[in-house]
Amino acid sequence: MTEHSLNHTPLHALHLELGAKMVPFAGYAMPVQYPMGVMGEHLHTRAHAGLFDVSHMGQVILRGDGAAAALERLVPVDVQGLAEGRQRYAMFTDEGGGILDDLMVANRGDHLFAVVNAACKEADIAHMRAHLEGVAVETVTDRALIALQGPQAEAALATLVPGVAGMRFMDVATHDWEGAELWVSRSGYTGEDGFEISVPEDRAEAFAHALLAREEVAPIGLGARDSLRLEAGLCLYGNDITPDTTPVEAALAWAIQKVRRRGGAREGGFPGAEVILRQLDEGAPRRRVGLRPEGRAPMRAGTVLFADENATEPLGSVTSGAYGPSIEAPMSMGYLPTAQATPGTRVFGEVRGKRHPARVVDLPFRPAGYRK
Amino acid sequence: MKYTEEHEWLRVEGDLVVVGITEHAAEQLGDVVFVELPELETQVAKGDEVCVIESVKAASDILAPCDGEIVAVNEALPDTPGLVNEDPTGDAWFFKMKLDDMSVLDGFMSEDEYKDFIA
Repeated sequence: MTEHSLNHTPLHALHLELGAKMVPFAGYAMPVQYPMGVMGEHLHTRAHAGLFDVSHMGQVILRGDGAAAALERLVPVDVQGLAEGRQRYAMFTDEGGGILDDLMVANRGDHLFAVVNAACKEADIAHMRAHLEGVAVETVTDRALIALQGPQAEAALATLVPGVAGMRFMDVATHDWEGAELWVSRSGYTGEDGFEISVPEDRAEAFAHALLAREEVAPIGLGARDSLRLEAGLCLYGNDITPDTTPVEAALAWAIQKVRRRGGAREGGFPGAEVILRQLDEGAPRRRVGLRPEGRAPMRAGTVLFADENATEPLGSVTSGAYGPSIEAPMSMGYLPTAQATPGTRVFGEVRGKRHPARVVDLPFRPAGYRK
Repeated sequence: MKYTEEHEWLRVEGDLVVVGITEHAAEQLGDVVFVELPELETQVAKGDEVCVIESVKAASDILAPCDGEIVAVNEALPDTPGLVNEDPTGDAWFFKMKLDDMSVLDGFMSEDEYKDFIA
């Protein structure tokens, strides 16, 4: 894809002003890092607060009396039971039980608000329009989306928007900032406390500037976003979860509430329910795990995993892998047969033709700092 | 100091050549988190992959700049890979080679030529 055909977010000029290195990502020109560098940005977010432009993600409003019930036909999640002012994690599934995308869905009173992945947004919107009869599926195209993450995120945001201090993890609310209507959720994808803020595009740069004026807030690129989410054990769609992985295999069963499981009041009724409900009861053949290489060499996505140094048949492979700046060690996630998916199991990853040992560990690699 | 198109620097030290990566290369790589060094006393040919560097972004190789023997490696690097970013042209040298033919050094870029090369 050439530079010319890339979309720009409302914060594009700001990224350039801040000295970002821009890369193509899901059809957008996005900042991969700023002059601070990936490692510095990662550690800054964990210690202070990081500002991320996530405007490339899809923001979608679902309107209509039956919107929650309708959306339940596409996700294995309790949407009807989601209280006003609350958000939860969900995923679109296909007929085989695979994951088409993961998303956040919020109950904002007279409508549902969903945030979907950039690379999947057009397909997701088409999917919802095709299957949500009687529901208006509105794409929000005139708003930026800014994430502010880290232990000092609340203090920084509250200087501009005092009302956010009272929000709990996964609360959503509308707040005013100098006449601009902000749609705020207390959530994010870094394992830190923080917020995602939908802001009108014509005010986005001024709002970001106001946050960046605070000493504790630094701009953070996609590079650090990836190492932060991996340390937090969170899945990257397209790597760790795909149409070839079910929510149960992906260790996302926690996102499927009882009411949608066998024996629940609204059991099944979503694509792939037969496979997913069976796996919930009987287990899945393989499972997403955390892996800690015993040496220093990172085992990156695609690294093939074996039971021992001589095995000829692979057990599975790594789907995300990098160096974790906060844990100061390499870390990976991947899929292993359920029998080998127990923490403590030793497997071998083949890196540059040599097999190196790694241990299966519990996720996340680093405990989350959510404000429950 | 001499420079290769693979962004290595070569410094003559007696009858040996010390090899590292340039500041430009270190900047492009980003924070280095892993270094794998060659084995001592191995005979290498120009273009052989002799070291592996992994940064927060990706893995890359260091190639042998000339034919010769690896006679020393920087044992500090595997434990403190960040040295590559802090002092790429000093403390973060990678290995020392005894060249089969020292005259091949004349074929590499000077500092000014390297500056033009990366401009």
